[in-house]
Amino acid sequence: MIEIKDLHKSYKMGSNSLHVLKGINFSVKEGELVAIMGSSGSGKSTLLNILGMLDEANSGEYTLDGVPIKDLNETKAAKYRNKFLGFVFQSFNLINYKNAMENVALPLYYQKMGRKERQEKALKYLGQVGLKEWATHLPNELSGGQKQRVAIARAMAAEPKVLLADEPTGALDSTTSYEVMDLIQKINDQGNTILVVTHEEDIAHMCKRIVHLKDGIIVKDEKVKQVRASEYV
Amino acid sequence: MFSRDNWKEIFETIQKNKLRTFLSGFTVALGILIFVILFGFGNGLINTFNEFFADDATNVFYVFRGRTTMPYKGYKSNRQIEFDNSDLADIEKNFALFLDYTTPRISRQDTVKYKEESNSYTTQAVASSHQYAEKTIMMKGRFLNKNDIADKTKYAVIGRLVERDLFGAKNSIGKYIDIRGSAFKVVGVFQDDGGDNEERIIYMPYTTRQLIEKNTDEIDQIIVGFKPEIGYAGAMAFERSLNSFIREKKFINPKDQNGIFIRNVADQLKQNQQFARVLQIIVGFVAFGTIIAGIIGISNIMVFVVKERTKELGIRKALGATPKAVIGTILLESVFITTISGFIGMLIGIAVLSSFGEKLKDFFITNPYIDLTMAVIATIVLIIFGAVAGYVPARRAASIKPIVALRDD
Repeated sequence: MIEIKDLHKSYKMGSNSLHVLKGINFSVKEGELVAIMGSSGSGKSTLLNILGMLDEANSGEYTLDGVPIKDLNETKAAKYRNKFLGFVFQSFNLINYKNAMENVALPLYYQKMGRKERQEKALKYLGQVGLKEWATHLPNELSGGQKQRVAIARAMAAEPKVLLADEPTGALDSTTSYEVMDLIQKINDQGNTILVVTHEEDIAHMCKRIVHLKDGIIVKDEKVKQVRASEYV
Repeated sequence: MFSRDNWKEIFETIQKNKLRTFLSGFTVALGILIFVILFGFGNGLINTFNEFFADDATNVFYVFRGRTTMPYKGYKSNRQIEFDNSDLADIEKNFALFLDYTTPRISRQDTVKYKEESNSYTTQAVASSHQYAEKTIMMKGRFLNKNDIADKTKYAVIGRLVERDLFGAKNSIGKYIDIRGSAFKVVGVFQDDGGDNEERIIYMPYTTRQLIEKNTDEIDQIIVGFKPEIGYAGAMAFERSLNSFIREKKFINPKDQNGIFIRNVADQLKQNQQFARVLQIIVGFVAFGTIIAGIIGISNIMVFVVKERTKELGIRKALGATPKAVIGTILLESVFITTISGFIGMLIGIAVLSSFGEKLKDFFITNPYIDLTMAVIATIVLIIFGAVAGYVPARRAASIKPIVALRDD
């Protein structure tokens, strides 16, 4: 599903340049649930942003679902993002003046789906994250866990090839974190490919594979025995 | 870009961001409102101005007589020039092509009585065509006519305020008033826009006045009305030839500044119109400045709006909004708001202007108004520039990488 070869990324900070990713080679198959771990500054978020086409690599190859991702202009990137990817952010990034259902329906709007169809689909995905009765609530009327579940529903609504989660539990307490991870595991159980960036060991062990990143290179890439989050809920 | 779905999305955004909507709408509405009111006031000034000068007919020469200051053809200087009835006839005969009418005017200050009421008024002994020169408006009865002149009747036409002074609320028509010892029958009452003094005048046939004054044929002043078709240049040429004709007849040195003097209303009118035009240019300038200020205002708001929405736009882009969609969202929203509020401001402005009417006459503003086309054009200009001003930050926002926009907390 994801194929990365010799990926480099550096940021210019004035006259210095900060080499963040120093040759990443990495691939993800369909249906995997991968945790990308590392301390802060290890380059894990940068990697995820490049995978999500929110940022561009300096060199290296990136193939997503057989499509080479290169020479992206903003329009093309937007179309690929819409078609291939779903995002879950640490700070939820819901649009605060839209209610839960409208937030979930937003990616479908950019897929030019009809209004009625959009709402039906949004309600369906809200139901899957257990928030159907919260459909008309604004984000500031929801708890952190609920917000993240709305964000997950929004990411799933576009039916992406890959779900990218950047510290999805970073702003949540552990009980809520496990609830969110439980949801992510269930989505993965349905066959969806998911990448989770985290620095928490317990969260990482709820995935099926852990990629350890340190100073811009992969130091360890191991398959782990998945801990079901439902055990803790 | 203009599908029903897009509009719904925009309506929702507008509804849920009331402060933002209010701010940008208010700027535009206020800009247009001020523009309309300023421009209207300018027009009101011009109205007042025109009213001041529109009182008298403009196709008229007033010929005055005086004393010569130069000797000429055997005549000494310091000679009083006299006009008489033959001068009127000669002018009519020689300038028939240009002429509309002529009328003499003999002005006197007389004591006028009716029963116990008595007052001093200006009486003007004139011909029937004097009505055209002064644009005298009859309220009751009639003005003097040709028969009155020919028959030397003792008829008087009195001003509105003369009637009020002497008769109070009673009707004066058919009553007899005493003008310097002679009884005159009131045949008409007139009004005049030129102010109170113009309505404290009594007109009588000039032939009657001459009869009273020992059957003389002297006249004070000659008023010559010419055909408006001859135009400004024609009027100037007519004035020159009339001037030399009278000088020749009265033996006045052509270089003598005094002797006779012709007041040319057409010339004055031209100057006045130039003044009005300058006034209009100044008003236009101020209004233009207002529009510029409005454009700057809406530009600022647009920059603020885009800045405020940076994160939201980042989220939208992460979810698959193309740059075109982002720009479209911002522009459509801003154009929609500016259009609605612009026209609201325009309508309020027009309503305010028309509610003033004559109320600001003390400030020299009469019936302020604005041409609807002018108002609509100004509104459209503001909308277009609002869109242009919004486009620049919108394009920048659309080209910001979503990762940068999302980081912006």
